[in-house]
Amino acid sequence: MDQRGYEVLGPTIHDSAISYGPIHAIEDLPEGWTSEQGPGSYRLKRRTDGALFGYATGPKSLKNFLHPSEIKLFTAERTNGTFRILSNDGLAPRRAFLGVRACELAAAGVQDRVLIEDRFKDPIYSQRRAGSIVIAVNCSDPSSVCFCTSMGTGPRAKAGYDLALTEVIDGGTHEFLVEVGSETGADLLAGTEYSEASEELRRKSDEVTARAERSIQRQFENAGVAELLKENFDHPRWDDVASRCLACGNCTMVCPTCFCVTVEDMSDVTGDHAERWRKWDSCFALGFSYIHYGSVRLSTKSRYRQWLTHKLSYWHDQFGESGCVGCGRCIAWCPAGIDLTEEVAALRAAAPAEKTNGGGE
Amino acid sequence: MTVIAEPELLDSTALADPFRPQLARIASVTRETSDTVTISTELPATGSLPQFVPGQFSMLYAYGAGEVPISISGDPGNPDRLDYTIRSVGAVTTALITRKVGDYVAMRGPFGTSWPMEAAAGEDVLLVAGGIGLAPLRPVIYHILRHRSEYGRLVILYGARSPKELLFRKELSGWSKSPDTQVLTTVDYGEPSWRGYVGVVTKLFNFVSLRPERTITMMCGPEIMMRFGIRGLQGRKFPDDRIYLSMERNMKCAVGFCGHCQMGPYFICKDGPVFTYGQMRHWMGDLREL
Ligand code: SF4
Ligand code: SF4
Repeated sequence: MDQRGYEVLGPTIHDSAISYGPIHAIEDLPEGWTSEQGPGSYRLKRRTDGALFGYATGPKSLKNFLHPSEIKLFTAERTNGTFRILSNDGLAPRRAFLGVRACELAAAGVQDRVLIEDRFKDPIYSQRRAGSIVIAVNCSDPSSVCFCTSMGTGPRAKAGYDLALTEVIDGGTHEFLVEVGSETGADLLAGTEYSEASEELRRKSDEVTARAERSIQRQFENAGVAELLKENFDHPRWDDVASRCLACGNCTMVCPTCFCVTVEDMSDVTGDHAERWRKWDSCFALGFSYIHYGSVRLSTKSRYRQWLTHKLSYWHDQFGESGCVGCGRCIAWCPAGIDLTEEVAALRAAAPAEKTNGGGE
Repeated sequence: MTVIAEPELLDSTALADPFRPQLARIASVTRETSDTVTISTELPATGSLPQFVPGQFSMLYAYGAGEVPISISGDPGNPDRLDYTIRSVGAVTTALITRKVGDYVAMRGPFGTSWPMEAAAGEDVLLVAGGIGLAPLRPVIYHILRHRSEYGRLVILYGARSPKELLFRKELSGWSKSPDTQVLTTVDYGEPSWRGYVGVVTKLFNFVSLRPERTITMMCGPEIMMRFGIRGLQGRKFPDDRIYLSMERNMKCAVGFCGHCQMGPYFICKDGPVFTYGQMRHWMGDLREL
């Protein structure tokens, strides 16, 4: 991969979590580690079987690389009374991502819909996306926050990868089943040593997926959620969740589909050089909804409601699908342990008889 | 080893860049009020200005200070200029209104939906504006007066805080002398010399006679004014889908990527800013902080 000009990013241990980092050799992978996750918690744990990919998703997703948290949009230079805008013509990095999970592939699909397939095309995202190779690894060890099965996005990758691996550990054997998803993937595989997979390996790989599916406990009733939220804008549960939510925005930062950004302008002391940067933003920030007479959404309640109704309801109107892929990151990385599946269940259980009519078509 | 096909689109010049503004020269500057200025822009030398339709806006960039959405307030019949009426409410707008003739700004756009000029053809037109909200409606007035026979009666109701804050004062009196055109202005706080109405703009509904079924209403101003305006119109049996509003939300990109202007199923930048009241009912109702 290195020789082909691709930087390889895969699971590495840093900051006490397993997330994407540079991979140069097999030793860089988190061999013998897994993650234990719950609402508001993430912990690394040892495992004894020497698995290389025996963990569930960490805080970072493809979003961190395809839709970078900070990027320069342009440079402007002032020259005798006027100025010019210089384009940002650096080449986008070419990266190969190893260990991409099924829910992350789904999340990249959701971002494609927003950033490439809508009326305008984000050149930054498009170039990075086109310059990426994806080597998925099917999940063997989902965590307690995962609910991909409810969202129909996992735990096995169905499409969107160049290669997909399933790690099969059985007694003394440690093997990988490789599935090819694209021509690029076939080319990659041709450059490695491999042998035709046995019927038995295929069966065992299916078992890995079946076991993973069975281990997912968290349930989310996706059907009807879009309408449920629209009909319950004034439900008392929003006050309840607002009393726990810190409006820190962590959930939006770790969410692999959240795409909101802001821009920042700056100039140097001479004033002859200015830059415009794009940075991730969060609908939980007070300034997010600011217009000249103040912020539209002042209360935490309104900001949490904005996040959830966009993600689970209006996203369908705008992009024809849910904005949630069931990865559970927002649950694990919320300092208050707020769990959207629980919030929606509470709205559903106690939907008041008197309903407010929701907005939109 | 097989060579992997070069991924496409690696060169950013191969893609149109929606974030990159183009320079525009300020051809004239007109002071409207103590804090509001109209700048008229033209593209340098070879460039040709993009066409706009009444209701659209551009993202204007003041060098080093930042970028803001500003409605186009000029004449759609004059393709050589794009005019922007800007009230200073922050660092960027202040930078923009202190620019002089010959200075440059940069712009992206025009973006957004149009006022219903086609639906209004053959109909009476009621414009309801508050404060700076008259600026996005001025292209409608220019257009109607230029194509006078294609439209019915034109009624312009305009409210500002005080007489000094009325925009386009000379033009207002000119418009009021146009055929089949009525202009009523009101202010929140009068002055000894003020001869016009005092009170909120929606009070002016009492002084015009309109045929609800034959009228297209276009409204632009602070949200609170539009809420009252809608109530007043509904009380007079104006159909919801003949009332059009120009909505305002925070906007950082104007191309649907920043998420700031998302409002239910819409992005104000792409699906608006002009909507029918029918589309906006949920956001203009009793619920707040939406
Ligand atoms: S909303 Fe939460 S569970 Fe859904 S995709 Fe985002 S981070 Fe994952
Ligand atoms: S839900 Fe949790 S992570 Fe999201 S803003 Fe509130 S406290 Fe922060």
